[in-house]
Amino acid sequence: MNATIARLSTQALIGRRRGLVLVLIPAVLLVLAVVVRLLTDDPAGYDAVTELAFTLALPLVALLAATAVLGPEVDDGSIVYLLSKPISRHRIAVSKFVVAWAATLLLGVLPLFVAGVVLDGSDLRRALAWGVGAAVAGTAYTALFLGLAAFTRHAVVVGLLFALLWEGVLSSVLDGIRWVSIGAWGREVAARISPSITGEDLGMGYAVVAAVLVTVGAVWFAGDRLRSFTLRGDE
Amino acid sequence: MSTLTIDRASRWYGNVVAVNGISMTVRPGVTGLLGPNGAGKTTLIALMSGFLAPSAGTVTLDGQPIWRHTDAYRLIGLVPERELSFGYLTGRQFVLANAELHGLADAGAAAERALEIVEMTEPAGRRIGTYSKGMRQRVKLASALVHDPAVLLLDEPFNGVDPRQRLHLMTLLRRMGAQGRTVLFSSHILEEVEQVARQIEVVVSGRHAASGDFGQIRRLMTDRPVQYVVTADDDRALAAALIAEPSVVAVSLRRGGGVDVSVADFGSFTVRLPQVARQHGIRVLELMPTDESLESVFSYLVGGQA
Repeated sequence: MNATIARLSTQALIGRRRGLVLVLIPAVLLVLAVVVRLLTDDPAGYDAVTELAFTLALPLVALLAATAVLGPEVDDGSIVYLLSKPISRHRIAVSKFVVAWAATLLLGVLPLFVAGVVLDGSDLRRALAWGVGAAVAGTAYTALFLGLAAFTRHAVVVGLLFALLWEGVLSSVLDGIRWVSIGAWGREVAARISPSITGEDLGMGYAVVAAVLVTVGAVWFAGDRLRSFTLRGDE
Repeated sequence: MSTLTIDRASRWYGNVVAVNGISMTVRPGVTGLLGPNGAGKTTLIALMSGFLAPSAGTVTLDGQPIWRHTDAYRLIGLVPERELSFGYLTGRQFVLANAELHGLADAGAAAERALEIVEMTEPAGRRIGTYSKGMRQRVKLASALVHDPAVLLLDEPFNGVDPRQRLHLMTLLRRMGAQGRTVLFSSHILEEVEQVARQIEVVVSGRHAASGDFGQIRRLMTDRPVQYVVTADDDRALAAALIAEPSVVAVSLRRGGGVDVSVADFGSFTVRLPQVARQHGIRVLELMPTDESLESVFSYLVGGQA
C-alpha cells in the first residue's frame, strides 16, 4: 500500500465524471427503497429492491470504481508517471485496489444495508446479512474488474457483459454456474447469516475461500500486468 | 555518473521491426537522438527507460538490465512525449506526488527545488489543465528532476513549445549535461539537436544511421549532392555556365522550362550562382531545392551507410 498512489487514485475517482455516476447508483437505490417502503407492505418489494441492489448495482459500482482508478491511466499512457518510480508494481496494484474497494464498500455495500433497514427496520439481521454478503461479493468483483482494467482497454464493456450475462442471466438459468459466480458466493454468505435469505447450497467455507482466491489472484494479476506495461509512442 | 548501453538491441511487433540491431553508448553529457517521425526514437527511449523489453540484444544502465528493474528509476528521470492527463491536480501537487513516490526524505523541499529549476514556482498553484504546452513540458521536466537523477531521458521535449520557452529548456538541458548527468533527448529537427547536444545519434527506419559529433553529422548531412531547379530568362545559357562550376556535378534542361542542377557543395554553389548569372547577363527567376525534406536527408545517410 502506498499512500501517494492511493491519494492520486482517489482524486482520479472523484475528479472525473465517473464519480458522479458512482454516487448516482446508490442514490437511485435508496430513493427506490423509500418509495417501495411508502407504497407497499408486500414482502416482494423487499426482495425486488435487494435483488436489484445485489445483482446489478453492486457489480456496476465495483466495475466503475475499479476501472476508474486504473483504466484511464493505462489507456492514455499517463500511468508511466507512476511506474517510472522505484515502487513495486504489486504495491501500486494493491494501493489502487484499496481505493476502489473502499468506494465499492461505501457506494455499493453500505447502501444495500441501508436499503434493507429502510425496507424492514424490524429485521436488522437480514439487512446485515445482505451487507456482509455484498461485502464479500463486492471485494471479489472489485479485484476482478481491476485485473480486467489492467488487461484490456475495453474493461468496462467486458465487465458489463460479465455482470449482466454471466452473473445475471446465465447464473439464474444454469444451476452449475453458482460454483463459479461471485454473486452466488456472496449470497451464500448472506444466507448463512440470515435464514430469511435463500442460499446457493455451496457451503460458507467454499464461498469465502473462492472469493478470497479470486481477490488475491486478480490483484496479483493486475500488478503483474503493470510490470509488463509497455510505453508506445504516437509514431 | 551513469552510462546507458544498448547492445545490438532489436524490437519488433509481429512482422514490423521498430528497432533493428542498434548499438550505442550514452555517456554523461547531452546526447541528441535525431530521426524523422516514425524512425523508432520513442521505441528506443522506451527500451532505455525500462518500458519495453528488447526482442533481441540488451539495454543496460551501468551494467544492469533496465527492463523490470524498478530500482533503476532511482537513477532515471523520464519525460515521456505523452501529455500529462492529471489535469485535476495543480503543478505543485503533481511534482510533490512524484517526489513522494521516490520516497524522498523531504519531498516538499525537493518538489519546490525542481519547480524552481524549471521556473514554475509561481504558476505551480494552478491546475495542470489550465497550463500552456510549454508549462506542461516544464512541469513534466520538474517531475523527472525531483529526485536529482543521474540519467535524464526526454522524448521530443521541444514539440509544441514556443521559442522563448524552447530556449529556456535548451539552456536547462545544457546545464544538466554540464553537471555530469547523462542527458538524452529525441528530436526530428537537426537545428534543435545541434543547439543542445555535442553528441548526436541518428536513427532512420529503426536503424542506427550515424553517430558522432554534431559537426561530423552536419557535414554528412550537408556535403551531399543536393538537387535544385533553377529557372532563368535563358535556361540553356545558364546550364552551360553552371556546368563549368566545380560545385556543380550535373545539369539538365527541363521540358517545361528550368534547369535541374545537381550540386556537390551547396555552400559554394549558393555563393557562385548569383555571380555566374551576373557575369553572363542572365536573370535568375527562381531557385528551388527539390529534395530538402528531412526524410530525403536521412535516406541519403542510410544509403551512404548501406
